[in-house]
Amino acid sequence: MSEGRVVGIDLGTTNSLVAYMEGAAPVVIPGVDGSNLVPSVVALDPLPEGGGRPTVTVGNSARRALIETPERVIYSVKRLMGRGLSEVQSELKLFPFRLADDVEAGEVPRIQLGELKFTPPEISAYVLRQLKRNAERFFGAPVTQAVITVPAYFNDAQRQATKDAGRMAGLEVLRLVNEPTAAALAYGLDRANVGTIAVYDLGGGTFDISILKLRDGIFEVQSTNGDTHLGGDDIDNLLLTIALDEIYSEHGVDLRAHPSAVQAVRKAAIDAKIKLSTEQAAQFDIELPNGDRYQREIPRAVFEQLIEPVLERTAGPCKQAMTDAGLTPDQIDAVVMVGGSTRIPAVRQLVDDLFQLAPRGKKPHIELHPDEVVALGAAVQADILAGASTATEEMLLLDVTPLSLGIEALGGTVARIIQRNSTIPASATEHFTTGVDGQTNVAIHVVQGERELAADCRSLARFDLKGIPPMSAGLPRIEVRFLIDADGILQVSAREQRSGKAAQIEVKPTYGLSDEQVESMILESFDHAEEDFAKRLLIEARNEAETILSAVERAPESPAWQQLTGEEQAAVSAARDRLAAVKLGEDAAAIRDATLALDQATRRFAELMMEAAVTTAIRGKTMDAAGEEMGDEVTAPHPMAPAEFK
Amino acid sequence: MLKVLDSAVPVACWSCSVAHNESILFCPHCSKIQPPPGGDYFSVFGLAPRLDLDLGMLEHEFHRLSRKLHPDRFARALPNEKDWSLADTALLNDAYRTLRDPIRRTGYLLKLQGAEMGEEHSGKDRKDPSRVPADLLEEVFELNMQLEEMRMARKMGQTDPDLQADLTAAKKKFDGLLDAVDQDLRGQWKVWDEGDEAARQSAQKTMVALLDRRRYLSNLVRDVTETLGA
Ligand SMILES: [Zn+2]
Repeated sequence: MSEGRVVGIDLGTTNSLVAYMEGAAPVVIPGVDGSNLVPSVVALDPLPEGGGRPTVTVGNSARRALIETPERVIYSVKRLMGRGLSEVQSELKLFPFRLADDVEAGEVPRIQLGELKFTPPEISAYVLRQLKRNAERFFGAPVTQAVITVPAYFNDAQRQATKDAGRMAGLEVLRLVNEPTAAALAYGLDRANVGTIAVYDLGGGTFDISILKLRDGIFEVQSTNGDTHLGGDDIDNLLLTIALDEIYSEHGVDLRAHPSAVQAVRKAAIDAKIKLSTEQAAQFDIELPNGDRYQREIPRAVFEQLIEPVLERTAGPCKQAMTDAGLTPDQIDAVVMVGGSTRIPAVRQLVDDLFQLAPRGKKPHIELHPDEVVALGAAVQADILAGASTATEEMLLLDVTPLSLGIEALGGTVARIIQRNSTIPASATEHFTTGVDGQTNVAIHVVQGERELAADCRSLARFDLKGIPPMSAGLPRIEVRFLIDADGILQVSAREQRSGKAAQIEVKPTYGLSDEQVESMILESFDHAEEDFAKRLLIEARNEAETILSAVERAPESPAWQQLTGEEQAAVSAARDRLAAVKLGEDAAAIRDATLALDQATRRFAELMMEAAVTTAIRGKTMDAAGEEMGDEVTAPHPMAPAEFK
Repeated sequence: MLKVLDSAVPVACWSCSVAHNESILFCPHCSKIQPPPGGDYFSVFGLAPRLDLDLGMLEHEFHRLSRKLHPDRFARALPNEKDWSLADTALLNDAYRTLRDPIRRTGYLLKLQGAEMGEEHSGKDRKDPSRVPADLLEEVFELNMQLEEMRMARKMGQTDPDLQADLTAAKKKFDGLLDAVDQDLRGQWKVWDEGDEAARQSAQKTMVALLDRRRYLSNLVRDVTETLGA
């Protein structure tokens, strides 16, 4: 049994993060580039010459490919997780990626990416593997267990798809945690733990509202509601549609046929949206392929009018959640804001109105970074699961199932067996019998949702109870136990009571991969064995050594080199020679040590270089321009912002 | 009798082999978690079946047991302990959900006593005239007519203020009837909790009828609310 660290992962629509508990405080683990956010973007590098599989890249580097090779890039894949063919088809209308040609109804849709095809869980697995690697690099040790967050309103198939993705990435998913609940954990860590709080989570592609009661370290979810089809992407798409329509009507250019042009306009739309959170107006200024310019100003008032229908769609779920919890707005002690879209002033105003905050002298809570709070909460939950931590030993999360579970009854109606907002794990036992003499099979159709007819609910799975001993009709008594586990995923067991035989169950999930399919999709990587991990550490250590050696190689050409004393120069040369020798060996730790030693020996040289560089930079530019460049580095990246395409 | 869970009950603790009473969640000898016990929901909380419950105490016990049983406490435990934590916590949650709600609790206790109950989730018998409480036949007939009219008007895009007012008044009346049922139920709780066997039998009969009436009324109120709010 692995007793390594358990990390918390926020697998987001737009960005993903990995965090862990450092003592009593959750901390986000940065990537190699120093950024806390890994864009949930996956790109396929060009086909290698001479054949073989192209390399898959993730994050910022993948995002750079969006403009140049949009047909080899995929993002927002969370919107496709656990969805069926027709749902994916309608989802893809606004995205530049396409379904593979040979996808058939009933199987998990695959997306065409360059010359390869991937299911949504496979794409997510690449993002997860990147986060796993970032954590492993940070700890210098393998990471095999994780808590992953999902939107509270995710259904069974979407949850299963997320767990599948974890497994493909070489992670044992100890728990799926609902995103708003995770945020509450992060907020509740160092507060007086009493009261009723609402978490309003408007992310890139999903909306969740959860209401929790906090008492003595117990976080008890009272109700949850949401929309897995609502988020910042919808706002981007509104602006995008306007721009594309106007470009067509005013300039006669139909950009929709050019994925990379659409990407450029999308980027402009996202920039405008972000600007409108702080400014009163934003501008579109886009150069068109025919040489024209599309220029347009969007005043904030126009923007707010435009997005009002989108924001208004969050009001219904909020009201329903309060009703389900038996609460009125004035009984909500605090509202926590989560997700990049809650930066929009109109969103904050809507929340203020919904929960009557201003009249009560309250404000929505935005103290924790809205992009990081879910990952931080996941780290808290990871710490709870790992156990033996004084920071979280008193804490316990009691979550609920967001959707009712039902069985299709005669006439296509739904017999509800587990109500929504039931604390999970939850179970229900139902009895079934046969309708025909000698019948040995009984089929059960399980659905999720609140509608009266099974056809209007979401089909979850069809169970075939087999091996019933032949008896007269109505005589067998098959007891079926439905259990929603702590991840919100359904488990079923059955037995025939008269014969005492455990009935065989054949489960056909309506949407989803079989165990065998998941096995076959486990990312070909050396993430599993310790020995392979050592191999990877060695490769990474050698790469780092290579980088510093080639820098030191060029050092004597620099004027700064001449400023070093003879002794200092000799020390650098000695450390360089030692690293060059050790690098040929197999000992990753020794290579690391020698790299560090060389780094130490060149410290003064590096300082001299820096001084020279800064002097040159400031001499060469105005202070303003230099400040702007710095500014890019120090401000926290917006979840939809830091695309760096040129 | 309602059977809550079907797993076999061991006579001895799986971990330390000391024999124990079968209706416990933890071994009194080694404190290890045990498979789900076979008792009813009340016994999960160490209670004998009764109807008037101290909800504060129930919540406190629920939290105390959750801290010990929840799968989050067994994330790195042995596979069998994980399974039992899951099953025990599901039992605890099911029990708490049932017992904290006065109507569910009453229905559950009556089922436990072997009473034949209408099914909560079969909405389709709502229109069955034989199920209408006799004293309400006329009013229900009238109300259903009005509901139908209202739906038709809605479909045609018309509004009928008089009809609206009638329905609102009817809703108020049926809400009041619901309250009366709940009051009667509470009265019967006391009889059941404190009475002798004969008193219990008679209280059970009364409560079965009250729950039937209540289900009928709340479906009706829901219909009216939906039609008014649509
Ligand atoms: Zn024991």
